Amino acid sequence: MLKRLTLAAMLSLGVATGALAAGERHGGTLVFTAPYGSSFATLDVQASPNTQEEFITQAIHRALYSWDSNQNKPVLELATSEDVSEDGTVHTYHLRDNAVFHNGKPLTADDIIYSYKRIANPKNAFPGASYIAVIKGAEDFIAGKAEEISGLKKIDDHTLEITYTGPINPGFPLMQNTTVIYPSNVEDESSFAKTPFGLGAFVFKEHVPGSQVVVEKFDKYYEEGKPYLDRINIVLMAEDAARDVAFRNKEIDVSILGPTQYQAYQGEEVLKDHLLEVAEVYTRNIGFNPAFEPFKDKRVRQAINHAINAPLIIERLVKNKAYPAAGWLPISSPAFDKDKVPYAFDPDKAKALLAEAGYADGFEFEVTASPNESWGVPIVEAILPMLKKVGISVKPKPVESSALGDAVTSNNFQAFIWSNLSGPDPLNALRCYYSKTPQSACNYASYASPEFDKLYEAAQQERDSAKQNDLLRQANNIVQDDAPVWFFNYNKAVMAYQPWIHGLVPNATELAVQPYDEIWIDETAPDGRK
Amino acid sequence: MFRFTLRRILQVVPTIVVVALLIFVIFSVVPGTFAASLFADGKRAADPQMIARLNEEFGLNKPLMERFVTYVTDLARFDLGTSFRTRQPVVDLINDRMGASLQLAVAAMAFAIVVGVPLGFLAALRPGSILDTVTMIGAVSGLSMPQFWLGLLMMYLFALQLNWLPSFGYGDGSLRNLILPAVTLGVTPLALLARTTRAGVLDVLNADFIRTAHSKGMSEAKVVRWHVARNSLVLIVTTVGLQFGSLIGQAVVIEKLFAWPGIGSLLVDSVAIRDIPVVQGTILVIVLWFLIINTAVDLVYAAIDPRIKQE
Repeated sequence: MLKRLTLAAMLSLGVATGALAAGERHGGTLVFTAPYGSSFATLDVQASPNTQEEFITQAIHRALYSWDSNQNKPVLELATSEDVSEDGTVHTYHLRDNAVFHNGKPLTADDIIYSYKRIANPKNAFPGASYIAVIKGAEDFIAGKAEEISGLKKIDDHTLEITYTGPINPGFPLMQNTTVIYPSNVEDESSFAKTPFGLGAFVFKEHVPGSQVVVEKFDKYYEEGKPYLDRINIVLMAEDAARDVAFRNKEIDVSILGPTQYQAYQGEEVLKDHLLEVAEVYTRNIGFNPAFEPFKDKRVRQAINHAINAPLIIERLVKNKAYPAAGWLPISSPAFDKDKVPYAFDPDKAKALLAEAGYADGFEFEVTASPNESWGVPIVEAILPMLKKVGISVKPKPVESSALGDAVTSNNFQAFIWSNLSGPDPLNALRCYYSKTPQSACNYASYASPEFDKLYEAAQQERDSAKQNDLLRQANNIVQDDAPVWFFNYNKAVMAYQPWIHGLVPNATELAVQPYDEIWIDETAPDGRK
Repeated sequence: MFRFTLRRILQVVPTIVVVALLIFVIFSVVPGTFAASLFADGKRAADPQMIARLNEEFGLNKPLMERFVTYVTDLARFDLGTSFRTRQPVVDLINDRMGASLQLAVAAMAFAIVVGVPLGFLAALRPGSILDTVTMIGAVSGLSMPQFWLGLLMMYLFALQLNWLPSFGYGDGSLRNLILPAVTLGVTPLALLARTTRAGVLDVLNADFIRTAHSKGMSEAKVVRWHVARNSLVLIVTTVGLQFGSLIGQAVVIEKLFAWPGIGSLLVDSVAIRDIPVVQGTILVIVLWFLIINTAVDLVYAAIDPRIKQE
């Protein structure tokens, strides 16, 4: 599996690097699609946790760290280097001295302190506050008990010391869309929602609500020779079918594909060679509530994993736009165990396990499910006959997406089907199985295992990333064995792109979000976009 | 006429009040909250502290009655509240989108009137002719065709195959971008108008006063112009009014399909994420629009046919 992914990633990279070898071309307009809704909630991206606003962030803003898709890890973005204390809690950042905001203000440590305080300000109730909470003193600030975040210390204009609550990798929380840095010299903060100023490679030009955001090249961007594009039109296109027509008509340069389109594009000569695929960091699963009597028994949960033919569902329903799950952590996770295999489809073993657990005659349970085609009611309907064969009756309980979240976090379910974040940070992903994580936070299956906790706590304290990943790998295998969920699949994200587009990367955190400053357009593009 | 106008305008008020109350009640009882919608796609873990902060900021943890009083008080001051998602006044969000919605509705209706009324008229004047048969088959097809499918068909034909028009988006607001969504949206009212015009005109053509006009030696052209057209106008105006009033609501699907930035797509997004103030505000505006058009149609009736005013 890992080999397949690595090959896929290399092929994807081959597209980019091959093109780079031919020489990047400056100029042109990229028409990029934002497919997750019919509007942008706000241009004040610190206020929005939605993926939709990440398209704007990538163009206009920068955070202290950024995600490097090729290395598959967070890297320093606004600092050229950092010094880390021996205990791993104090990081001293040497900030870029050539980074300038779009309003002309040079980046200083004050801007970072200002931004983090704004994000954590209890009056704002911003979603990024939980990321800032990794900084010492932030919890008190968020709770309104302190005037300052004690862990933030300006050494000089271009040196910032941050003390964290533990020896964490701060790259994961501080690369987020909601933790980007704003200039500290804007008096009217409400203007961020209308006229954003960032440090990114593109300057905000225009927002037509419900239609598009237009950005243009920033001449003072700190990366020399970048960006290549003159302009990006980030257009809103929520409908798959409409996006398909627009892509085929060459009106848009990229399109995120659903299962049906993926299958169709693979069969078409002109389209099949321009598909970028990546195993994203989401695990589709059915979570079992241990408060429901049969699910208290591990053998019942394992039996369900054995009774369902996940590869068949992936092939027939998901059109191979997924990888079978071999545990919670996805293929792209650094702690993924490449030797671990998924539960085998084995109805006889499932029956035997059920009999051992005292459920030889089966039982009935309800699965709360949204209408989502890849992890909702259609999947529950597919497992119905499979579980029936081992004596288990399943009833789908259809709800809307926002109601699903409510039902799960209030522990009001027997089982639920969902797609959940399982990366890129394995430590954060496995937090959802740590017994001290509240059910309403992300320990939705109320998992508690002393053995797991021991490994997880050891991983929390471990500073050597290889050793930490090894501990997390072991912890992940315990979760797989205990089967608090039915491990269905890891999402395979697929992006179709026009042949004149270069520089796209296999971003495992969200394929639709691309580093615009790396993208360039060659001379085969239509005249209006060259 | 003044009293009639005033009475019709005042009738709008209780309707709005009832609708506003219904919207509040419905969205207070449906499952799902804005805070929960933020992690509904599973792309981030639930954060109970964030949920609590958001619920407190938006007053969602207050008792239902207290929220209701706030809602009614704000509404009485024409304050539609602040969007949970954008944190901007709902009025501003609707203002941003209303122009595009009106543009689409007016264009669709103009297309429906310009094509539908003459077709229905001509079909009625030549009943049983090829034109009549073709028009009615077209009208039935237009009424029964799902708009979403028709839109895709239009995109496929005029954008992908013929490359005449862009398949989506508002662009710079030019006519080229407007044509496909407007024609798609206009097909249903066009079909309805063609059918009702035909039926109305046929009715009038069979009336006694038309026979009288003919027997007095009046020319066919004059009979049609002076008697048939005027007397069938009430039915046509009714259909135009009802269709025009409901077009903004109907446009929800079309706006989403063509990525048209109207209030329909704003409504769909807001319902999905339980941005209640925007849902309430948008529905109120759509209802208000319908009532205004309906009232305007009533007033036009009175001008066309004095008997209605007397009733």
